[in-house]
Amino acid sequence: MFEETTPGRKSFFSLFNICAGIIVVIGLYITYLRFTGGLEAVTNLSDYNPWGIWIGFDLLVGVALAAGGYVTSAAVYIFGMKRYHSAVRPAILTGFLGYALVVLALHYDVGRPWRLPYPFIMQQGTTSVLFEVAACVALYLTVLFIEFSSAPLEWLGLKRARNIVVKLTMVLTILGVILSTMHQSSLGALFLIAPSKLHPLWYSPFIPVYFFITSIIAGLSMVIFESTLSYRFFKHKMDEVHLQEKNDIALGFGKAASFVLAGYFIIKIFGLSSGNNWHYLKTDYGTWYLVELLGFVALPSFLYAIGVRVKSLNLIKWTSVLAILGIILNRFNVCLIAFNWHLPSSERYFPHWMEIGISVFIVTLGLIAFRFIVTRMPILYEHPDYKDAH
Amino acid sequence: MDGVFYTLHDFMIHTENITYLLVIPALLGITVFWRLLAGKDDN
Amino acid sequence: MSISRRKFLGWIGAAGLSTALGGTVTAATTKHFEGYPDSRGVLFDSVLCIGCRTCEDACNKVNELPPPDRPFNDLSVLNEKRRTTPKTYTIVNRYNSSKGPLYRKSQCNHCLEPACASACFVRAFTKTKEGAVIYDASVCVGCRYCMIACPFEIPTYEYDKALEPRIMKCTMCHPRVIKGLLPGCVEICPTEALYFGKRKDLIRIARERIRRYPDRYVDHVYGEHEMGGTSWLYLSGVPYREMGMREDLGVIPAPELTSGSLAVVPMVVGLWPVLLTGIYAMTKRSDKIAEREKEIAIDKAVKAARKEDAELKT
Repeated sequence: MFEETTPGRKSFFSLFNICAGIIVVIGLYITYLRFTGGLEAVTNLSDYNPWGIWIGFDLLVGVALAAGGYVTSAAVYIFGMKRYHSAVRPAILTGFLGYALVVLALHYDVGRPWRLPYPFIMQQGTTSVLFEVAACVALYLTVLFIEFSSAPLEWLGLKRARNIVVKLTMVLTILGVILSTMHQSSLGALFLIAPSKLHPLWYSPFIPVYFFITSIIAGLSMVIFESTLSYRFFKHKMDEVHLQEKNDIALGFGKAASFVLAGYFIIKIFGLSSGNNWHYLKTDYGTWYLVELLGFVALPSFLYAIGVRVKSLNLIKWTSVLAILGIILNRFNVCLIAFNWHLPSSERYFPHWMEIGISVFIVTLGLIAFRFIVTRMPILYEHPDYKDAH
Repeated sequence: MDGVFYTLHDFMIHTENITYLLVIPALLGITVFWRLLAGKDDN
Repeated sequence: MSISRRKFLGWIGAAGLSTALGGTVTAATTKHFEGYPDSRGVLFDSVLCIGCRTCEDACNKVNELPPPDRPFNDLSVLNEKRRTTPKTYTIVNRYNSSKGPLYRKSQCNHCLEPACASACFVRAFTKTKEGAVIYDASVCVGCRYCMIACPFEIPTYEYDKALEPRIMKCTMCHPRVIKGLLPGCVEICPTEALYFGKRKDLIRIARERIRRYPDRYVDHVYGEHEMGGTSWLYLSGVPYREMGMREDLGVIPAPELTSGSLAVVPMVVGLWPVLLTGIYAMTKRSDKIAEREKEIAIDKAVKAARKEDAELKT
């Protein structure tokens, strides 16, 4: 995490590299156990709890936090907000790595990962929301890869291929929004099939809408958060345009996030009224629901608004952390905490340390890949050969 | 058609299969249509 | 100003549309489905069940399942509540009810509209015309969404297998049934607490028993309508919740619970391209107008400056 910034002289044994190295070694060991001993060897999954944090965190949170890709490219290319242009490549990179890691995580979670292509090549379970999720994620990962590829193509000097990719921007952006709308909402829709297992405060016919809207909040907040971290560790890679635009990006995305959070808050209230679930607010789960709604939806909306009004970038940055934690909390609630709420505590799930180990391992791989790409390819700067007009 | 499907599940497998298959020509078609409509605009 | 208004309109449009579409819960059809005619089922009468566990033994033999940890005639296992496991398709539990100790056999209920079949993204589950819901391990990817979906918490998973883990659950002895034999548990039951036949007939028989012995039975056949109806039906002398059965599952079949959400997919595919290219076109037009207005303003300013210059000179 504390790389030397003097160019050309880098210690291989930086703190980040050592920590990452240890995590990777442990991760590889757990991987070996997983594929020799089965899921039982490394997880606390059970017949009552078939889905744990590899679904709750790696899949649900991972896909939500990777939403910055479609949100940013939609803002710049569809809504024409050219002043945020420098945010596009970092957001697409985060999105691409995010989805790639989601697919990697799925290889750990499903019982026979070599059969992951089966829904496409063997039999189609088209009544399943999961079929739709799988198809959209696969397609969207392809879209993200193509969108991302312009950076490595510039790095490799493959001009013609790069120009073809850039010509596809508009089509890919629109396709990306279509695919994202569908799978972000469908990840929530997965739980519609189990009304008897999800607490009424979280079970709602509007779950798909909630998941879609929160993916926008997650995307906006992740762009702010990731921009903050990039500035901290890769400032030397940022060109003039990036440095100039980044404050406006934080202000603009903070304003948008504040507004979307407010709208989300309102539709959550409408969800309560539609389901006539007010009386549940008095229970313990009700208190927890209010913690999520007030502390992690209403509060960040309010703080973002203040941050934008007084132009406090610091407040906006910290609020983005709060908003992201709120998204994580919401996904955990739907998948792990409010799910199976009716079971006795002896049957409730808590992750095995090895499950956490793999999740940390996967995130670490993402950070390593991010660093590799950002320090070599035109993500935080424009390649001198390809100065596009804004 | 009612006599053919005994369960909602069978009905939905049939309808969703067709719907998913129609997605591809739908997207291709609207793209072509947009290019025709927008004419010389460079996307 | 014009930018935020455009964005505002765009988001409102998209949000409104997605909310309206996301809120539809009903199936994309209002058709009613009766199920396969002559579909079979099993009627379990808990008033007749003595908790001998012979059915568990028969199931184990017929399905060639591994030997149990404790023998089937060990009735002390009834002191704890058990659930299905990868090695046991069915278990009998004892419940201390308002009418004394009662026994209930648990196994897959072979729903008319199975949640597992609806959830499976590779169609590994099939509702056969004989009534059994069967599982095809040759396509299963092991995602375990079926386990999430099943309201009765029946499917189990071989978590201890690294290479060939399977979902395990009762098959209603489908291979035996198509040969004209009875399911293993039904055949062996010493008190005839289990009765195999056409579902239509089972409901008739169950209602008849309730009519004949109103003091002995609760006036409800469990499984007649729950989750859209199941092939395994129950009779009870006490409220079903006293036997650990959920009374809050409702009557909506599982495929209907997600059909609304699935219906949104083609709507988004059809309309988002129009909506998004529309916003893009409006944005470009708005930018063009702004450019044009800027040019006009500059023009005006230059003309005014020249006029001033000329006036100053005279």
